[in-house]
Amino acid sequence: MISSATAMRTSRTSIIGTVTDGLRALAIASFAAAACAAPYVPKDDATVLERLPVRPGDPIARELRQLRTELAANPRKRETAVRLAERYFELATSEGDPRYVGYAQAALKPWWDLPAPPLDVLVMRAILKQYSHDFSGAMRDLEAATREDAKNARAWSWRAAIHMVQADYEKAREDCVALQNVESELYAVGCMAYLDGTTGKAAAAHRALSAAFAKNADVPREVKVWVLTRLAEMSLRQGDVKQAEEHFRAAYFEPINDQFLLAAYADFLLDQGRPDEVIPLLVDWVKSDILLLRLALAEQALRAPKAREHIEALRSRFDAAALRGDKLHQQEEARFNLYLLGNKEKALALAQENWKLQREPRDARILLEAAFAMKDPKAAQEALDWLERSGHEDPVLRRTAEKLKALKR
Amino acid sequence: MRTLLALLLLFAAALAHAHKPSDSYLAIRAEGANLSGQWDIALRDLDFAIGLDDSGDGDITWGEVKAHQADIAAYALARLKLRSGDADCPAHTTEFLVDDHSDGAYSVMRFAATCPREVTTLEITYSLFADLDPQHRGLLRLEHGVATRTAIFGPERATQSFELAKISALTQFVDYAREGVWHIWIGIDHILFLLSLLLPAVLVLDGGRWRFPPAFWDVFKIVTSFTVAHSITLSLAALGVISLPSRLVESAIATSVVLAALNNVFPVVHGRRWMVAFAFGLIHGFGFASVLRDLGLPQGALLIALVGFNLGVEVGQLAIVSAFLPFAYGLRASWFYRRLVFVGGSIAIAAVAGVWLIERAFNMKIISP
Repeated sequence: MISSATAMRTSRTSIIGTVTDGLRALAIASFAAAACAAPYVPKDDATVLERLPVRPGDPIARELRQLRTELAANPRKRETAVRLAERYFELATSEGDPRYVGYAQAALKPWWDLPAPPLDVLVMRAILKQYSHDFSGAMRDLEAATREDAKNARAWSWRAAIHMVQADYEKAREDCVALQNVESELYAVGCMAYLDGTTGKAAAAHRALSAAFAKNADVPREVKVWVLTRLAEMSLRQGDVKQAEEHFRAAYFEPINDQFLLAAYADFLLDQGRPDEVIPLLVDWVKSDILLLRLALAEQALRAPKAREHIEALRSRFDAAALRGDKLHQQEEARFNLYLLGNKEKALALAQENWKLQREPRDARILLEAAFAMKDPKAAQEALDWLERSGHEDPVLRRTAEKLKALKR
Repeated sequence: MRTLLALLLLFAAALAHAHKPSDSYLAIRAEGANLSGQWDIALRDLDFAIGLDDSGDGDITWGEVKAHQADIAAYALARLKLRSGDADCPAHTTEFLVDDHSDGAYSVMRFAATCPREVTTLEITYSLFADLDPQHRGLLRLEHGVATRTAIFGPERATQSFELAKISALTQFVDYAREGVWHIWIGIDHILFLLSLLLPAVLVLDGGRWRFPPAFWDVFKIVTSFTVAHSITLSLAALGVISLPSRLVESAIATSVVLAALNNVFPVVHGRRWMVAFAFGLIHGFGFASVLRDLGLPQGALLIALVGFNLGVEVGQLAIVSAFLPFAYGLRASWFYRRLVFVGGSIAIAAVAGVWLIERAFNMKIISP
C-alpha cells in the first residue's frame, strides 16, 4: 500500500495531464493502489460496470434463491441450511470464488460455534474450514464425524484429502482403507492410487487406476477428467511423457472446463519447453489467478508483449491479498516471485512459509527450486527429507534435489 | 459426486482459491474533530446484499447503481460506527463514484463525519456483510497528519480503537517542509522556469569583462523575487482568500515557461528579469497552493504547514540554483554554453512548455511527463 505522500507524488507527477481535468488528487483517493486507478462517474447510465457470474435466470441461481428464501423464513431449519451450504461450496470450487464459502458459512451460522453440532453440519463445517486452510479445525470435525458414523464416505475422503496435503501418508492410508468399505470401487481405488502415486509406486498406481477406470467408464465427466489428470501425473512420475500427454489431451477434450486440469496441463507444457501451446489453452482464463500465472510464465518464455501487463495484474492481485493478510496463495506467489520477478529471496521465504501448511509435490518443488536459486540447500532440507521419506518419483523434483545436494558437498 | 469434491482437493487445496475474496477498502482521514473518508465496496457484494440488478439480466449498469445510491449509503453507513471517546460521529455521504479494482467494479462512497470534540481515540465498529459473508474483510487505512496506519476488520475483530497521537508542531513543520522540497524537485515546470531565467544570468557584461559579482547579484534578485511572489499567492490561495481554476493556473504556468525561455532567444525583456520572475512567480504560487491543498491542510496548524511547505520549496529551489550556478559560471565563455546550453536549451524548454500549454489549455494528452 502506498502512503499518502507517495500518492501525492504520483498525482503531482502527472499533474500536467490530470489537474486540468479538475481531478482532485486526494491522498485517500488512491487507496488500495494495488487495485485501483481513480474513481470516476460513468458518463452513460447504460454503462455495464459488472457482470454477475451467476445469471439470475440460471437454474442454479433459481435454486439458491429458493433455498435462501426458505432459510430466511426459518433460519434453524437444518436440512435447508446444509443444502444451501453445499450448493454454495460447489459454486466456490467450480467458480474458484471464495465468496461462496462465506455465504455457506453464513447459512450454517446457528451451528457454527457449537462444540458438537449434528453430523451433517459437522462434515460441512469441516469442508468449509479446510477451504480456509484451517486444517486442524477441519480434522477435529472430521474425526468426530467418522467416530459418530464410521460409514460416512464423505468424511473419510476429506480426511484422506487433508492428510495428503499434510503429507501424513500413514493416516491417509487408513482413510483410504476405510473408504474401501463404504464407497464405490473407482473412488476407493482412486484414493489409494493417489496415495501410491505420490509415494513411489506410480507404476502400480497407474495400473490400478486405469483398470478401475476401464470398468467404470460410465462416470460423470468431472470424474473422468479427474482420473485422467491423475493418470497423466502418474505417467510423468514414471518419466513417460508421451503417455502423460495422451491422458492430458483426453481430459482436455472432455467438454467441461476444469481449472485443475488446465493448470496441470499448462505446467506440463511449460516443463516440456512448449510455452507456445500454453497461450491458446489459457488465453480466456485471465480472471483466474492460478491460470494467469501459468499464462504469464508462457508469455515470458516467448517474450510476448502481453507478459508485462499480466505480470502487473498478478502483482496487484498478490498485493491485494497481502492487504487482507491472506496466506492462501503462497505457493503461487513464490513461483511468481522466482520466475516472473526474479526475486529469489522472497520466493524462498514464501515457499518455506507455504511448506509449513501444505506439503504436496508441487509445494516441495517450488521450495527445492527456490532454494536452488538461492544456493541454499539447508533452506529446503524439509523438502529433501520429504522426498527421501515418501519415495516420490517425479524426475523433475529428483533432478533438482540432486543439484541441491551437490551444492552441499 | 460427493467424494469427487474431496478428490479434487487431493489435487491442490490452494487451487480452489482462484479469485480474490470479498474485501472493502475503507480510508479515513482524521483532522481535529472532523473525519473524511472513502469507502470502496464491490458491486457484486452489494448486489448480493441489497440487490442492484433491477433488470435481472445479470449485468449491473451505472444507471442501476445510481438508482440505488441512497440504499447503498444507508446500508453501508448503518454498518460503520465511528466514535470518538464516548460520543458518536455521525457520517453522511458527500460523493458517489465507481472504480475498477483488480477483481471487478466497486462503488466508491466519499463521506464526512463530525465528532463533538477533537478526536484523540477513534473507535471503529465495522459490521458490513458480517451476517451474509463471515469471510468478508474491511481493510482500513487511517490517516492522521502525515501518519498512516492500516487495520483489518472482520467478524472476530469488528471493533477496534485507534489512538491518534498529538502531532507535535515540529514534526508537522518538518513534514510539510519535506513535501515542499519534494514538490519543487518533481515539479519540473517550476525548475524549467527558474532555469530559463538563470541561463542568461552568467552572461552579464560588466565593463567589457565577465565577472562573478554581477552574475551572482542577478541570480539573487531573480530567485528572491520569484520566491517573494509565489509566497504571496501561495499563502493567499492556501488561506482561501483567492482561488483560481486550476486549468487556468496550470496553463499560465506553462505560458510563463514558454515566454521566459523564448526571451533568451529573442530578447524582449533585457535587464529586468527579476520583474519577470516576480510577475510569473505570482502564478506559480497558485500552482504550489493546489499541491498543498491536496496534501490536506491541518486546521489547527495552518501557519506551521504553510511556512514549512514554503521554506521547503525555497530550500529545494536553492539546491537547484547552487548546483546550476557553478556549472554555468564555469562554462559561460565556452561555445558549448553560449550556443548549445543557452540557445539550444532555451529552445528545448520553450518547445516542451509549449506542448504542456496545449495539453493544459485544451485538456488533452500529448506527452506525459
